[in-house]
Amino acid sequence: MLLFTLKRFGLAICVALTVSAISFGLLYMAGDPAVAIAGENASSVDIAAITAQYGFDRPLLVQYADWLGGALTGDLGRSWYFDLPVTQIVTDRLGVTVTLGALAISFALILAIPMGVAAAVRPNSLIDRAALFLSVVGQAIPSFWFGLILIVVFSIKLGLVPASGSASWKHFILPTVVLGYYATPAIMRLTRAGMLEVLSADYIRTARAKGLDTRKILFKHALRNAIIPVISLAAVQMGFMLGGSIVVESIFALHGAGYLAWESISRNDLPVMQALILVFSMFYILFTFLADLLNAWMDPRLRVG
Amino acid sequence: MTDPILSIRNLTVDLPRGADRPHAVEALTLQVQPREIVCIVGESGSGKSITAFTTMGLLPKALTPSSGEVLFEGRDLLTLPAAEHAKLRGRRMAMIFQEPMSALNPCYTVGDQIEEMFEQHTTLSKAERRARTLHLLDEVQLPDPPRIYESYPHQLSGGQRQRIVIAMALALDPALLIADEPTTALDLSTQAQILHLLKDLREKHSAGILFVTHDFDVVAEIADRVVVMKQGRIVEQGPAEEVLTRPRHPYTRLLIDAVPRRSRAVGQDLSRSPEILRVAGLDKTYHIRGTMFRPARTVHACRDIEFGVRRGETLGIVGESGSGKSTLVKCLIRLEDPDNGAVWVEGTNIAGYSRRALHPYRKDIQIVFQDPYGSLNPRRTIGDQLAEGPTNFGEPRAKVMARARELMRIVRLEPEALNRYPNQFSGGQRQRICIARALMVEPKVLIADEAVSALDVSVQKEVLKLLNEIRDRMGLTVLFITHDLRVAAQVCDRLIVMQKGEIVERGTVDEVFGTPKHAYTQKLLAAQPGQAWEVPDIASLPPARLDAMGGLI
Amino acid sequence: MTHTPPVPPVREVQPSPRQMMLRRALRHRGLLFGGAVMLVILLIAIFAPLLSQHSPYAQSLMARMKPPVFLGGEATHWLGTDALGRDYWSRLAHGARVSLMIGLFAATISALIGSTLGILAGYFGGRVDMAVTFLINVRLAMPVVLVALAVVALFGGSLTVVVTVLGLLLWDRFAVVLRAATMQVRKLEYVAAAEVLGASLPRILWKDILPNVMNHLIVIFTLEMAHAIILEAALSFLGLGVQPPTPSWGLMISEGKEMLLFEPWLITIPGVALFLLVLSINMLGDGIRDVTAPEGRN
Repeated sequence: MLLFTLKRFGLAICVALTVSAISFGLLYMAGDPAVAIAGENASSVDIAAITAQYGFDRPLLVQYADWLGGALTGDLGRSWYFDLPVTQIVTDRLGVTVTLGALAISFALILAIPMGVAAAVRPNSLIDRAALFLSVVGQAIPSFWFGLILIVVFSIKLGLVPASGSASWKHFILPTVVLGYYATPAIMRLTRAGMLEVLSADYIRTARAKGLDTRKILFKHALRNAIIPVISLAAVQMGFMLGGSIVVESIFALHGAGYLAWESISRNDLPVMQALILVFSMFYILFTFLADLLNAWMDPRLRVG
Repeated sequence: MTDPILSIRNLTVDLPRGADRPHAVEALTLQVQPREIVCIVGESGSGKSITAFTTMGLLPKALTPSSGEVLFEGRDLLTLPAAEHAKLRGRRMAMIFQEPMSALNPCYTVGDQIEEMFEQHTTLSKAERRARTLHLLDEVQLPDPPRIYESYPHQLSGGQRQRIVIAMALALDPALLIADEPTTALDLSTQAQILHLLKDLREKHSAGILFVTHDFDVVAEIADRVVVMKQGRIVEQGPAEEVLTRPRHPYTRLLIDAVPRRSRAVGQDLSRSPEILRVAGLDKTYHIRGTMFRPARTVHACRDIEFGVRRGETLGIVGESGSGKSTLVKCLIRLEDPDNGAVWVEGTNIAGYSRRALHPYRKDIQIVFQDPYGSLNPRRTIGDQLAEGPTNFGEPRAKVMARARELMRIVRLEPEALNRYPNQFSGGQRQRICIARALMVEPKVLIADEAVSALDVSVQKEVLKLLNEIRDRMGLTVLFITHDLRVAAQVCDRLIVMQKGEIVERGTVDEVFGTPKHAYTQKLLAAQPGQAWEVPDIASLPPARLDAMGGLI
Repeated sequence: MTHTPPVPPVREVQPSPRQMMLRRALRHRGLLFGGAVMLVILLIAIFAPLLSQHSPYAQSLMARMKPPVFLGGEATHWLGTDALGRDYWSRLAHGARVSLMIGLFAATISALIGSTLGILAGYFGGRVDMAVTFLINVRLAMPVVLVALAVVALFGGSLTVVVTVLGLLLWDRFAVVLRAATMQVRKLEYVAAAEVLGASLPRILWKDILPNVMNHLIVIFTLEMAHAIILEAALSFLGLGVQPPTPSWGLMISEGKEMLLFEPWLITIPGVALFLLVLSINMLGDGIRDVTAPEGRN
């Protein structure tokens, strides 16, 4: 288990390094960053000054090493727009996004797993068809449109919940639903497929031959095995959700990291963009790392050599 | 005679609509007495497993018992509510399955899984449950019960897992034990141990055993009574001795006649024939790199393999799983590169050739694999697949297709079949197609890698006959890889016995089977089931007498 | 491995794989429905100029925010007009072209990248597999929407840029699924048989591997096509996809957002169109998966 953890950790580090290089490279994709900061009408003197100030004239590798060194010690550079440390700006906004992500994945899991299990236990029954219908329809609804419709119905027409902002828990209800429903079909389908596969496995037949009661067969023997891939998927979805929160946050004017990303793009504030891409990637890498550890712990074939 | 434990009367189980026959099992009647082992024997699709599953109440939903009764301890299981039936399972009737590797839940220790039986059906305390479990582990002759108790299924071998399943089944002293092909997936020596264990346990636990199998040797080893099934109907039943030596129904006779004899019908003298293939000093070692979950290790799959084969000869290579015979095959057809050694094909050593240099020699050695379903590409027509080889060696299309048609006739399939897809053929037909495909490039050596192991015994007989014919007609040399000693004895001229990557014994069939020198060969031969059974000469039996329905009079 | 007692095989004279697929397809309601809707949208996209009397770009200050007929509007603009007086139906029909084109081209690019990587990784294993798995991990770790936004912001929002970015970002599922599928097919004995019969590597990949993983490829293609269409709409909605005045459904929803309170039909109509398109593609994909379920093994 220790060896597994170490190796998996090494992989995570490698992926993180590669991603950091890519997000760093983003800065240079569109040409000279000094021009970008100075603006289109700047003089060559201004540009030269900025180049010197930010060190854009150094070799790329040196600049990357510098930036990476900074990133490791929590210094992600200064925002071009606010002229404040990027780290400060980003951490201020991260709380809202992480809260939203956690709420949304919980929402998705609470909805999807019972539905998937119920559908698998009675394939082709009414509940199975209903679950399948919901997942097919759910997957086809664009989240930004869904968000707007929810605002129209629940905020404007019914006045039940606020439409924008992040002042109270009520503000999180609609965003949670919008962000969470999108992950629900995938998790439900995997739960259903996993349960179906496990329920036709030989060891379930053995359990039935032992005369165990149905509840024990379902929850002790089947679900335990079927849930293992669902954990991985949930981690992946959670990572996607944080990255995808930009759409939801912009609809509900939730001032989280996603909203910040949108603002930074329109402000051409590349260091903040860079940092956000890096941070969201790190979250994804962390979640999948933890999910793998959890899986290894849950599956004795991985845990016990 | 005492009252039977299980009495099935007139049982009929319906198949779903659109199947090839209306009933999976039809008008089946049989009984199992205490301490009696009743074997149901038949080929695939005969309904033998379905009988077992009906009794256990574990039928798939598509199948429904439509009439008859299954009386167990005085109650009709077919009319029993599902919940009541479930209470009998495990407590009064238990089952052992074919596939030990997947029969246990990978997430829990085997101790936990056995204890579940007591948890579900008794009120024993935790300590008592553990004690009983350890005792069971000991009873099924597993070494070091406390260690096994804490083990997870993946840490145990197939034979060990089957013992766990047996321990589970015996936990509450059931009156009836149902065993569905319990040794089919196991090696010969493990099979012998498990059969021995079952016979032992029958004495100690006084249970009746319903044993489902396709293997007449196993029947001969273990059965008190035999029930022979064909397409859902019982064609013959009676005491084992009676059915095995004096079968009355033509179908039983056909099956028994298809059991390979333990000696070669005609030996041939090949000492003048030139040597076509010679293998010398062949080594293959796998360095299994450590993965995330396993440390690295080294496996000597083949060590200093040396043998020669003459033109027209059939050389058998015999061994259990893990003996290295598959690796040897892969090295010969160069799916793997041997580490050391030479492979001479008519004087050319191809062992060291690069892929490119090897290309023209590829066609000299061809192979027929075990799995008739995996060895044909489902998306290409038979004709296209037969043409594959010659096309790769640059032969013109017209000539190739003419040859394909001829070969289809030789393997006794319609030439029209060339336009069809593999899913339109049965397992035996597919093996014929595979043989034809291999012969398309006119090989010098044909390797049959467990080529008949997946087939029913009557189909197996046909394919073996075909192979022999082709060998004699084309002067082909055959390497016959098998784990089945009976088959090896029947078709091979000479034998090689492999164990742990090495050749431990070699000689003619009579030498190896008659006077085995190596301890492993002796053990292997001793492990064969049903040795006391002399397969009767069917031709010498009186003609069968049947009524109009095909039943015995 | 036998999971349940073998049900004796269903027998009739077995038709060829293609005939069987066709038969199953004609009985599959989801597939037929998805296919029909998809076909309608495709036809609308192709014949958009013929189907609409107004240009999607023609503004008219006199005819702004006309409601659609079912809300009491006039027949000349049967789906109404937007805030600039442009005919909504015409924009919707032309918008279908944008969505379909982006979906098709982006999915094609990702299919080429992803399936090449996946098949090579699955076939060769070892180091190749490790490298590809690593690439997949890196790709998955990058937040798609954010990276796409950043790239579009840097290069400007043309159709080409959006297609390229999405194509370069959405190959991961192709790689993951085809890698697994190829690994399974590679183990089958017909691949070994082909090798022994002297088939070259490209020939094996082309004749034995590709046809047997093709069904996975098609299914993923539909999924990613739907994915790309939704992403383009989301990018356009955020103002960083294709640029105005191009008629894009995402852009239409974004523009209608301002009128959310008073004219909700402005977002409902393109939203429903988007929903129907994605739904039909997904149902088509699901149907194909069911219909091409591996035959041959009973």
